[in-house]
Amino acid sequence: MTAPANPLYRLLIALVLAIIAMVLDQRTPWAGPVRYFLGGLTAPIHYIAHLPVDSGEWLSEQAQSRSSLLDENRRLQRKSLILEQKVQRLAVLEAENVRLRELLNSSADLDANVLVAEIIGLDADPNRQELIINKGSGSQVITGQAVLDAQGLIGQVVEAGPLSSRVLLLTDASHAMSVQVNRNGVRAVLAGTGQTGGLRLLYVPDTADIQEGDLLVSTGLGQRYPRGYPVATITSVRHQSGAAFAEITARPTARIDRASHVLLVQPTPQPERSSAEVSDEG
Amino acid sequence: MRDDRPAGTGVLVVTLLLAALLEVIPLPETANWVRPEWMLLVLVYWVLTLPRRVGVLWGFFVGLYMDVLTGATLGQWGLGFSLGAFIMLLAYKRMRVFTVLQQCAVIFLLVGSVSLLAYLVQEAVGRTLYPPYTILYSSLASAVVWRPVCALLRWVQLRFIVR
Repeated sequence: MTAPANPLYRLLIALVLAIIAMVLDQRTPWAGPVRYFLGGLTAPIHYIAHLPVDSGEWLSEQAQSRSSLLDENRRLQRKSLILEQKVQRLAVLEAENVRLRELLNSSADLDANVLVAEIIGLDADPNRQELIINKGSGSQVITGQAVLDAQGLIGQVVEAGPLSSRVLLLTDASHAMSVQVNRNGVRAVLAGTGQTGGLRLLYVPDTADIQEGDLLVSTGLGQRYPRGYPVATITSVRHQSGAAFAEITARPTARIDRASHVLLVQPTPQPERSSAEVSDEG
Repeated sequence: MRDDRPAGTGVLVVTLLLAALLEVIPLPETANWVRPEWMLLVLVYWVLTLPRRVGVLWGFFVGLYMDVLTGATLGQWGLGFSLGAFIMLLAYKRMRVFTVLQQCAVIFLLVGSVSLLAYLVQEAVGRTLYPPYTILYSSLASAVVWRPVCALLRWVQLRFIVR
């Protein structure tokens, strides 16, 4: 064999391919199939990386004593009884709500279907707040689906592979969504800061009635997130003389850093889905 | 006469997949800063030992795999990895006669420049948060683990006959 062929041509081919891939990925939806195909090949890596966590959980489950299991079982049964009682009331309220909305000629929010998924990975890049879940388009996960835990919203699916999906968290610096204060209905834009548990409200006038401890719920504007789920609580409000807007920080109600399972909400069919809520705003 | 037919492509791919596993294995948040670029290190090892087989296009496809694995812009690492493989193809004869310290310095510079390229792409799509000097930590970590990785891959290469 002689010396390797001149690699310069191959480098040029690779560079051109890389630049085409970047442009396609950023500007068009055509890179989707490539991502989908490679996503099927990368999913096993995420599954294997999650194995130590899984087996640790399995071991601790096996090591629990009978009495503590019985205790837990009793506690959960009591809790489920209380929750079932609440759900009974909810069915009546929901029916009433639908009737009232029909009277007002507005469309009814139907009860959404949910799918449970397990978190199998976190993004290793500190610049991004994303996580990987073990359900993909094989389980009817689609891009744009809202993801929540028992306490509130976590984020949305940004990439659905065949076996796993990638979820963009509320706290990512490129994420923003529309929320309103539960107490009085004041609307604002909630943006991530890139820090775990850090959110801020953008462009809120100094005089707006927002206080520490207020609950922010999703508005459903932008048609990305369902309406009325808790999103965050206000942690601090600072008024600075001279600044046009108040400086307001919030913390997600969902326990993003501790959750191991999440719920995916199946969107109810909407007449149109025009504007995405993900913005490039940082 | 020596047998020069290519062999052991499967083993080569498996080492790359193991490196991919190390890229995503969960670590504490602070340890993420010093996570070495495992896939790039393994790729560079194979380019240096098998320059006739593993080259720029391998770099490109490994980089593309890394893009999907880490959820980066498609082509972000593909660009850097193919350039890294190209530089190593030009320098593989020199790398073989370098001392350990010189090799580590080259790896530090190579991982640093490839990461910087990826950072520039990420910056262009507005997905960066921390200043670019944070690349130095992972580049330094890569230089530190370079020799052990080399020794391990050398053993794999001899044990499973990759050529």
